[in-house]
Amino acid sequence: MLITRRVEFSASHVCANPALSAEENRALYGAAANTHGHGHNYVLEVTLKGDPDPVTGMVFDLRVLKEILQREVAGPMDHRFLNREVPPFDRIVPTTENIAAEIWRRLQPNFPGPAQLSNVRLYETEDLFVDYSEAAG
Amino acid sequence: MTRLTRRYRFCASHRLHAPALSDEANRELYGKCNNLWGHGHNYLVEISVTGTVKPDPGQLVNVEALDEVVHGAVFGDFDHCDLNLDIAAFRDLVPTSENVAVEIQRRLALAWPASFPKLAGVRLWETKRNIFELTHEGQ
Repeated sequence: MLITRRVEFSASHVCANPALSAEENRALYGAAANTHGHGHNYVLEVTLKGDPDPVTGMVFDLRVLKEILQREVAGPMDHRFLNREVPPFDRIVPTTENIAAEIWRRLQPNFPGPAQLSNVRLYETEDLFVDYSEAAG
Repeated sequence: MTRLTRRYRFCASHRLHAPALSDEANRELYGKCNNLWGHGHNYLVEISVTGTVKPDPGQLVNVEALDEVVHGAVFGDFDHCDLNLDIAAFRDLVPTSENVAVEIQRRLALAWPASFPKLAGVRLWETKRNIFELTHEGQ
């Protein structure tokens, strides 16, 4: 069974690689390369996979999941400038793809089992989202 | 594995009517979608690509380039058209959402640049309640 919890955070970012010229960054990242940044209301959907516990009837305690999402993602990222305030985005470009992968890395150790992290879906806007997952093990 | 999905919208009219069937059979089969003068929808299309992403540049696909390919291949003529009368593929094919999704996938496959990641899916929303999905195998 899959269970999904949604959390929102608002953050600013710049998609530009310091090693490239302004023209190259503009060509690669478009408007997202704007030097002073811009922001989004990100929506994160985190999906866990597991069987309901025979005693509690739950795959995972949603209250605990809420706390994990707050501690690992919303706390550090909400109302922040990702490039300046949230490592590793001082070193890697905070594209939606890279943010989704980073969220997976932050969340994964919190689910040693039996419920497993199954998917991270990050909406940058209503019309653009990225799913990230890694094979178990 | 990273999968990126982009949503697009187009507005179009259509009429569901199979010429091989009688008027009565068409009314029976398609109901109000068989209305003589047609009707329209605000369609929503989700196009997904999949692959692996390197942290630098951290992009599965350049979204502006994807938009350009998709608009050029599909929505340039799909948006604000009558599917039956304006789109050649539907002159002899009923523009059900199943067939519209297949046509979108066919057009994308023809226009797909070799440099793009794999086309992983086409999902067509005819309304909020009716959703049609093709996997990468085109099934």
